[in-house]
Amino acid sequence: MFPTPIEKSSRAVQLSYQAFLPLALFLWLLPLIAVMIFSIKPDADFTSGNYWGWPSSFEAINNYHKVFFESAMPRYLFNSVLITVPTVIGTVALASMTGFALGVYKFKGNLLIFFMFIAGNFVPFQILMVPVRDLTLDLGLYNTKTGLVLFHIAFQTGFATLFMRNFIRALPFPLIEAARVEGVAEWRIFWYVVLPLMKPALAAMAVLIFTFIWNDYFWAVVLTQGPESQPVTAGITSFNAQYRAAYHLMSAGSIVAALPPVAMFFLMQKHFIAGLTLGAVK
Amino acid sequence: MTMSPAVSTDPASAKRSWYKRNEIALTPWLFLAPGVLFFLFYVIMPIYQSFGLSLYDWNGLGDVRTNGEYVGLENYNKLFGLNGERADRNFQTSLWNNLKWLILYLLAIPGGLFIALFLNQTVRGIRLYKSLFFFPFVISQVVVGLVFSWFYLPNEGLLNTMIGWFGFDSVNILGDPTLATYGIIAAGLWPQTAYCMILYLTGLNAVDPEQVEAARLDGAKGWKMLWYVIIPQLKPATFIAFVVTIIGALRSFDLVSIMTGGGPFGSTRVLSYYVFEKSLSERGLQYGYAAAVAVVLFLIMLVFISYFLWSMYQDEKGARG
Repeated sequence: MFPTPIEKSSRAVQLSYQAFLPLALFLWLLPLIAVMIFSIKPDADFTSGNYWGWPSSFEAINNYHKVFFESAMPRYLFNSVLITVPTVIGTVALASMTGFALGVYKFKGNLLIFFMFIAGNFVPFQILMVPVRDLTLDLGLYNTKTGLVLFHIAFQTGFATLFMRNFIRALPFPLIEAARVEGVAEWRIFWYVVLPLMKPALAAMAVLIFTFIWNDYFWAVVLTQGPESQPVTAGITSFNAQYRAAYHLMSAGSIVAALPPVAMFFLMQKHFIAGLTLGAVK
Repeated sequence: MTMSPAVSTDPASAKRSWYKRNEIALTPWLFLAPGVLFFLFYVIMPIYQSFGLSLYDWNGLGDVRTNGEYVGLENYNKLFGLNGERADRNFQTSLWNNLKWLILYLLAIPGGLFIALFLNQTVRGIRLYKSLFFFPFVISQVVVGLVFSWFYLPNEGLLNTMIGWFGFDSVNILGDPTLATYGIIAAGLWPQTAYCMILYLTGLNAVDPEQVEAARLDGAKGWKMLWYVIIPQLKPATFIAFVVTIIGALRSFDLVSIMTGGGPFGSTRVLSYYVFEKSLSERGLQYGYAAAVAVVLFLIMLVFISYFLWSMYQDEKGARG
């Protein structure tokens, strides 16, 4: 293990390490803690210039109540759910199939198609922006959640294929061969042999894509406008325009907008990290 | 016992057996079809279309072929100041800022390694610490941008309040053309360092303890141990950290858009933001010109993508051989 385990050093070093940990964490998260403090302060503190002193009263419930019941925030949050969940399902479905095809079969063009997915996944969004917007307009899907979902599924399939294919590659191949010898049809091998083994990869993919799509801002701005279809990342800017300079409300709004992926991360931490390392770092 | 005919004469079974005979060759294509078609339609085709668009002068209304005017390489001439055109200053600023992003963003890699080494211990509650250090990456860039713009505020912001404790005057980071880009990059480094940290933490788990012990017996420690024994073993993590950091640096749209909107005086523009500004914003509507900027950004990215694919190809060959 590197660096040397702290248990092997003197008591003083151990104690100072344990004392320094929370301090380091506090400094690291300082900008975020600042926002949390803002979100529980009353309006009066901002007008009187008491930005960082002790809050004159604790208004957490009031501030968050306003966000949830007196703004378009719930609408945006709901839109985000309706955009994110179908994207996750669609991407995982498509990518488990492409990953299976590229991971199990040897055929001409296999590596070429695989590299097309990887390369496409890395391109700057802006080179797709105008054509995808026109495409969406032509399909009559501009400013709809469906338009956003369809594009997200297509784009995320690139990244998800990379991950799924590498995962399937690492599965024991004799298992598939044994099934073939038994005369099991190929699609049944996919459904009954490979898919059950892919559960950890499916979970990792699902959490990761959930986070990516929930946090997407660019495509939300390019393909939607207005509260009927915009997700929360884009909605927060209109929310902030509505409450300009009301820092307590804007802070509460941002925290609400950031929360779902955070919750997802804490619930599914192991899978999340497996996904982030692209399965390459064991 | 029934006799089976040597050759099947039943057309249905002949058809089925054709599929059966070619099952292994056909299945991958059937499985690939939906994903590949979708990807071609929404990702690959638009790339070609953007290349085409960049040769037109078009305000985005109607169809480019009827409403646009074909101008050849004119848009590129304007960008680079070729052929008697004056070079686009905004484009130059964006390009220059992208370079700053690329170089400074790489600090996330040593930064992430440093935090990972700091946290790679087995004290009580360390798992929770690791998760909380990773926290910034899970938050959307929009919220990161907002959090940092409030953190930087000249009067209300915590940063300037703290600077004040040490007796310095407050600085309006995002309002100062020379500082603003660095302020945004610092905000971007926050989640990116967290990402690199998690890559290295996972990598450090896989470091071979026997090699570390052997090196220790040979008297290696501290920096020497890190440089000659640990870092070589972290190569896969470093590669991925490098890939995601480069891509992240060139994709820096959200933070610029949220924190400054390209200002003050256009000093924080980057290529990705400039494309958006030139087309979809009210100051824009020059779709062909914006497409030309996007093509330049794409070509820069292509250099890196080719390198990534090349090293992945080397790995593939190694895995097969």
